[in-house]
Amino acid sequence: MQSTPRVLKLLNGFTSLVFVISLYLVFFYAPREAVMGEVQRIFYFHVAAGWVGALAFLVTAVAGGMLLARGDRKWDQIALASVEIGVVFTFINIVTGSIWARPIWNTWWTWDPRLVTATVMELIYLAYLMLRQGIEDPDRRARFGAVYGIVGFLSVPLTFLSIRIFRTIHPVVIGNNDPTAQGTFDMTPKMRLAFFFSLFTFTFIYVTLLWHRLRLERFKETIEERKMLAMTA
Amino acid sequence: MWLQEAPADTISYMLLGFGVIFGSMGIYLISLVLRVRGLRKDQEILDEIEQG
Repeated sequence: MQSTPRVLKLLNGFTSLVFVISLYLVFFYAPREAVMGEVQRIFYFHVAAGWVGALAFLVTAVAGGMLLARGDRKWDQIALASVEIGVVFTFINIVTGSIWARPIWNTWWTWDPRLVTATVMELIYLAYLMLRQGIEDPDRRARFGAVYGIVGFLSVPLTFLSIRIFRTIHPVVIGNNDPTAQGTFDMTPKMRLAFFFSLFTFTFIYVTLLWHRLRLERFKETIEERKMLAMTA
Repeated sequence: MWLQEAPADTISYMLLGFGVIFGSMGIYLISLVLRVRGLRKDQEILDEIEQG
């Protein structure tokens, strides 16, 4: 593996810095919500994790399109790296939502359109990771991943729009709430700053992780090629 | 809700939530480090084979 590029080292430092700042904003700067209490602080990273999941799956779909158009396997590496990160952050999004729901909705889980679509989206991309492993031919695996990544992306706008087009109890952060929504609150200017800074921070966390994961994937392919050569020699 | 004087005591749920956030991110970072280490070991073995 090549030594870490200087820009990546700077990115590591910058991302760590903004993460610490966002922790300060979430825990000390943003006020405690008047009704829900401390659990509302989960909201800042819950939404940011959901945003990273959606962004990661968008990158996978775009990389899939690029692979089909140009045939360069580097796009498959990007798609795979992005899915892995997206799955981790969507998991965080779903589980933290469930933890928030317990005191607010009085249940860990309900068959609400947002919860269901987010979970289906997570399962679609978990299947992407598992199904890829069943294909040995790298070119076929890359083409399969590209088509799956593009088709699977349909689940992302469906998840985003689910609380806007279906009757739901899930609060809408940006836009109008359904009258049946439970756990809504008005963001104060300090809360809004913590919220948008968390989105900014998690975007940088995504970019940093993607770069590291991509380097790992390239290293892995180099080692696998060397193994093949060693076996045939 | 109208009779509620203080916010609900939900600090344990907040701690659980942030535990999941930091735990998941930490596990993913550790998995990246372990995978790199594993590949470095493979690289060393391949270097030895090629030299021998």
